[in-house]
Amino acid sequence: MAGGTEAVAHQALEMTDHLPVLQVLIPFIAAPLAVFLGVRSLAWPIACAGAIASLVCSVVLMLATLDGSFISYHLGGWAPPYGIEYRVDAANAFVLLLISATAVVVMPFTKASVDAEIPKKDHTLFYACFMLCITGLLGVVVTGDAFNVFVFLEISSLSAYVLVSQGSHRDRRALTVAYDYLLMGTIGATFFVIGIGFLYMATGTLNMADIADRIAGQGDNRTIQAAFAFILVGMGLKVAIYPLHLWLPGAYNYAPSAVTVLLAATATKAAIYVVLRFTFSVFQPEFTFDTNVLYWIIIPFALLAMFAASLIAVFQTNFKRMLAYSSIAQIGYMLLGIGFFNLSGLTATMVHLFNHSITKAALFMAVGALVLRSGSTFYDRIRGMGKSMPLTSAVVVIGGLSLIGIPGTAGFVSKWMLVQAAFELGWWWMALLIVASSLLAVIYVWRVLEVLYLGDTAEGAQHKEAPMMMAGPMWVAALACIWFGFDTSLTLEASRVAANGLLSGNAGMAPVPTTAAGGGH
Amino acid sequence: MRHHLILRVITKILVGPIILYGLYVQFHGDFSPGGGFQAGVIIAVAFTLYGIVFGLRAVYAVLPPWVVHRLMALGLLIYAGVGILNMLSGYEFLNYGAFAPNHPSHGQHLGILWVETGVGITVTGVMIAVFYAFAGRPPRMGDDDW
Repeated sequence: MAGGTEAVAHQALEMTDHLPVLQVLIPFIAAPLAVFLGVRSLAWPIACAGAIASLVCSVVLMLATLDGSFISYHLGGWAPPYGIEYRVDAANAFVLLLISATAVVVMPFTKASVDAEIPKKDHTLFYACFMLCITGLLGVVVTGDAFNVFVFLEISSLSAYVLVSQGSHRDRRALTVAYDYLLMGTIGATFFVIGIGFLYMATGTLNMADIADRIAGQGDNRTIQAAFAFILVGMGLKVAIYPLHLWLPGAYNYAPSAVTVLLAATATKAAIYVVLRFTFSVFQPEFTFDTNVLYWIIIPFALLAMFAASLIAVFQTNFKRMLAYSSIAQIGYMLLGIGFFNLSGLTATMVHLFNHSITKAALFMAVGALVLRSGSTFYDRIRGMGKSMPLTSAVVVIGGLSLIGIPGTAGFVSKWMLVQAAFELGWWWMALLIVASSLLAVIYVWRVLEVLYLGDTAEGAQHKEAPMMMAGPMWVAALACIWFGFDTSLTLEASRVAANGLLSGNAGMAPVPTTAAGGGH
Repeated sequence: MRHHLILRVITKILVGPIILYGLYVQFHGDFSPGGGFQAGVIIAVAFTLYGIVFGLRAVYAVLPPWVVHRLMALGLLIYAGVGILNMLSGYEFLNYGAFAPNHPSHGQHLGILWVETGVGITVTGVMIAVFYAFAGRPPRMGDDDW
C-alpha cells in the first residue's frame, strides 16, 4: 500500500476494527501518560481507566471469536507476512479476557496495598510499570508474529523485574530475588529468541501462520527440531515448569502483594498460552506428536511438578511461599492437559488456566491483607487471624477449597475435565495420580486453615479486618471461584472452542485485505 | 574537576556541536544511517559529558531529573499519538499513509519523521536517566541497612 505515487482508494476503518490493537495500546498509553502528567494522585485513576477500557476490548473480542473465527489486524497497513499481524481467535481472546479482567479486579486492591507497601515518591513509576507489565502480557497473547511475541515478552518481563524489586521497601531480599528472576528470565527469553532465529533460518518468515505453512513440508529438518527444543525450554523457564521453576518462589514471596497477585494470576498463564500456540499452531500437532515430546518430556515433568512442588508446599512455614509452590504444582496440571493431546485435555488446560488464575488471585489478595495487618506471612505471625479477620480468612477457605478441587468450586471443574481426559485415553492410573496429588493440596491448605482458625492469637499483629478496598476485590475473586464452579457455560464453552481451534492446527494466512470484518476460518 | 582547565574549556566548546550533530543524525535518518536511537544516544552524550566534568549539580540545573522523566514519557506519547492520529482518520495504527491520502509516500515520510522524533526524545531521556541513576547513587549500603 505504501510507496505508490498514485492515489489509492482506501476504505475507512471503523473504531471497532481497531480492537485488537486498542487492546494493547490503551494500557500502553496509560503508562507514559501517568509519568508525563507526573501527578501522583492521578497515576492510579489513569491505570484504572486503562485497565477497564482494555477489559471492554477483550470482552468484545471474545464475543466476536466464540464462533471459531479469527480476526486479523495489519499494523501500519502492511499485509502479513511482511508486516506485523495481530491475530485474535478464541484461544487468545480467552487469555486476553483473563488478563484484562484480572487487571481490573486487582486495581482497587493494588491501590490499598501499594499505599501501605511502597513509598509515596515511587507511586507514579510503580503504576507505570504495572501498566507496562499488563501491556506486555496482552501483547504476547494478541500478536500473530513470532518475533513480536519476544518483544512483548521482554516488555512484560523487564517491568516485572522492576515490580518485584519494589518489595525491597518491605524486605531487602526482594533485590536478590529480582536479580535471580532477571537472570533466569533473560536466559529463557534468549533461548526463545534463538528458537525463533532457527525458525527464521528454516522458513524465512516470522509470521506464525506463514511459518506453519512453510514448516509443513519439511518433516525431518534438524533446524526446525532444534527451534522447537529451544522455544520449549525458553518458555519452560517463563512458565516455571518444575525443574525450571527456581526463580518463582522467591519472586512471588518477596514481591509487593499487588505484584504477586498480578504475576501469579497472569504472567505464567500468558507463557503457557505461548507454549500452546507454538506447539499446536506454529509447529503442527502432527509434528509435536511425532517428536514424542509430549509423552516423554511434558507428562513426566508435569507429574513431577504435581507431586514434588505440592510436597514442598506442605512443608512451608510461610503462607506466601506455600502458595508459590502450589502455583508450580498447579502449572503441572495445565501441562498434563497439554500432554494428553486430546480435546478434553486441552480444554482442561484452558479452563484450568482461567480457574487457577481467579483462585490464586483471591488467595494472594488475602495474603496481601494479612501482610497489611500482621506485617508478615509466616505461620507463627498470622496465627489466629481467622477470628479478627473473618472476611479475609473466609476467602482463604474458599480459595483453598478451589485449589484442592472440591465440588462447587472452580478448581473442581478443571480437575474433572482433566480426569475425564485421562479416562478417554484409558489411563485410569493417571486419574488416580491426579486425585492423589489433590490430597497433598488438602494437607497444605489444611495447615493454613489450622493456623488461621485454630491457633492461639499471634502477638504483634494488628487484629482488624482488611479495608474494603482490599476485601472487595478479594471477594469478587472468591465469588468468581464459586460462580465458575457452578456455571461453567462461559469457561468450558470458550475453552472448548479454543482447544478445538488449537488442535485443528494452522488456520492459514489471512485473506489479504483484512479488517476485523474480513477474518474467517 | 575544578583544576582541569583544559577539560572544562573543551567540554564547553563540545557540548553545543554534539547536540547539533545529534539533531543532524536525527533528521537525516531518512536518507542515511541514523535516526532516533542513534540521535538520542548522541544528544544524551552531551549531557553525560557535561555532568562528568562539571558535576551532577551543574547538569541537574540544566536538566532536572523530573524533566528527564517527562522526556521519556513524552517520546512514547508522540510515537503512540502518531498511530492514534492515523486510526482517527480511518487507517490502521501507524499507517502513515493517512497523513497524505492522495500521496501515500509523502505520508510515510511525514509519519516516520514524527515517529523518529518520539524515539529520539525517549532515548535521550532514558540514556540521561541511566546516567543520573548511576551517578546519583547513594554510597554503599551499610550493614545495618539489611
